[in-house]
Amino acid sequence: MKEFLAMGGYAAYVWTSYGITAFVVALNVWLAQRRYRRALGALRPAGTQAEPVRQPTVRKMT
Amino acid sequence: MSVFTSMLERDLRLAMRRWSEFATPLIFFVIISSLFPFALSPEVAALRAAGTGVLWIAALLSSLLALDGLFRTDMDDGSMEQLILSPASLGLLVFAKICAHWLVSGLPLILIAPVLALSFYLPPESLPTLMFALLLATPTLSALAAIGAALTVGLRSGGTLIGLLVLPLTAPVLIFGTRATDMAVHGESALGPLYLLGALAAFSLSLAPLASAAAIRVSVE
Amino acid sequence: MGLKRTFHLLGSPPTVYRLAGLLGPWVGIGAVILIAAGTYGGLVLAPPDYLQGDGFRIIYVHVPSAYIGLMAYVLMAVAAAVGFIWHMKIAHAVAVSAAPVGASFTFLALVTGAVWGKPMWGTYWQWADARLVSELVLLFLYLGVMLLRASFDDRDKGDRVSAVLAVVGVVNVPIIHYSVEWWSTLHQGPTIAQLDTPSITMDMLVPLLTMIAGFTLCFAWLILKRVQAEILDRESRARWVEQLVTGASA
Repeated sequence: MKEFLAMGGYAAYVWTSYGITAFVVALNVWLAQRRYRRALGALRPAGTQAEPVRQPTVRKMT
Repeated sequence: MSVFTSMLERDLRLAMRRWSEFATPLIFFVIISSLFPFALSPEVAALRAAGTGVLWIAALLSSLLALDGLFRTDMDDGSMEQLILSPASLGLLVFAKICAHWLVSGLPLILIAPVLALSFYLPPESLPTLMFALLLATPTLSALAAIGAALTVGLRSGGTLIGLLVLPLTAPVLIFGTRATDMAVHGESALGPLYLLGALAAFSLSLAPLASAAAIRVSVE
Repeated sequence: MGLKRTFHLLGSPPTVYRLAGLLGPWVGIGAVILIAAGTYGGLVLAPPDYLQGDGFRIIYVHVPSAYIGLMAYVLMAVAAAVGFIWHMKIAHAVAVSAAPVGASFTFLALVTGAVWGKPMWGTYWQWADARLVSELVLLFLYLGVMLLRASFDDRDKGDRVSAVLAVVGVVNVPIIHYSVEWWSTLHQGPTIAQLDTPSITMDMLVPLLTMIAGFTLCFAWLILKRVQAEILDRESRARWVEQLVTGASA
């Protein structure tokens, strides 16, 4: 396991890349969902209780 | 074709009345180039090494940034609507305007460039190639700038946005233009990059009027 | 007949909205599975490269993001052109949705390329690497389209004007790419290794293809979600949207 994490001395570079990728993909997923929720929310007249939007099963991507 | 010439004539006559249209890009070009020695150093070697790049960047900026008004004046006084309604193709009219703009702002740049090149200690033998490269490159820049001006003509302030939209597209012109000049400076034949500059000019001059016309139509609606 | 009918169905907002809602979860599940498998394959199963050691494993995130960045731009331009020519709302919705997602993946490709560059070249940035420089220009093109669209108050005008820019951009992408490549070969010493695996073996390639497929599905999921949102925004007055909302809250 330790050997795996060390990545043959390239640990810093490999894990940084994968970390940033995970972050950007997760951010994209979050932004898309927020965009959708807001569009749906804007449709409801003010004051009426909005039903929680059904969340797609896909949340985490790494 | 008479539509083309009358449009060209009209724009040139308008430009003559406002001599600042001639002068602005030209003075801009001179000022940018003369600021570079302050940023670099007055040494001959340093200036000669950077000279080609400086001249091209300055030419690029001055022919792009002085362009906000290409369609705006026509838009503001309503003549653009007349042009759209006229039976002549809007693309052709836009092409005439690009040519007029090039004659007014591109041509003077080419004529003053050798003076600036000498001030950067470029060898005199390289000057004809530099001028020829600029002659082939500036029409492309005018065409790209026309696209930028057309895209932003519907906006209240398009000036800075034009640069942002168009500058990335000028990378090939910059690459081939500086390459041609550099080859001439080192005494080589610069035919290769010159051909490519010519190809870019033919390509952009044939497509830019269409793209600009499409953008103008949307903005006028 | 079939083709024409499909085209008409794709032009109908409620159909596309429902279709996207149906497809979305499946595409998302596929993306998660493929990306998980590709990550495992890339980090664990693939053997270290004989030149770059374990550092080459960065390709499993770099190449897919670069591919999505470019593919999204082409998709955006094609969708924008279709929207411009046939006045198709859905096509504009796709173009709007593709821009931020594509830009973020292009940015990701740049960052992972830079991180990869550090152990390979000793510097984070190498102007002589044509691929990274082209990606930078591509990011500028994305920003231009997004900024231009955002400058218009009128959504329809913003759609159509930025469509022109997107098409101009996509025509220029190959020109820019080849000119940058030509330029980099002039200034490149033979010592600089391109960000590329010189000889990729099968057990290295399979995780890469898996990852590319996973990223593509992830991109598709993002676009479907954003297109749904765009449709709701653009059709907020339509009866079917009203029914959707009242039906959902009843």
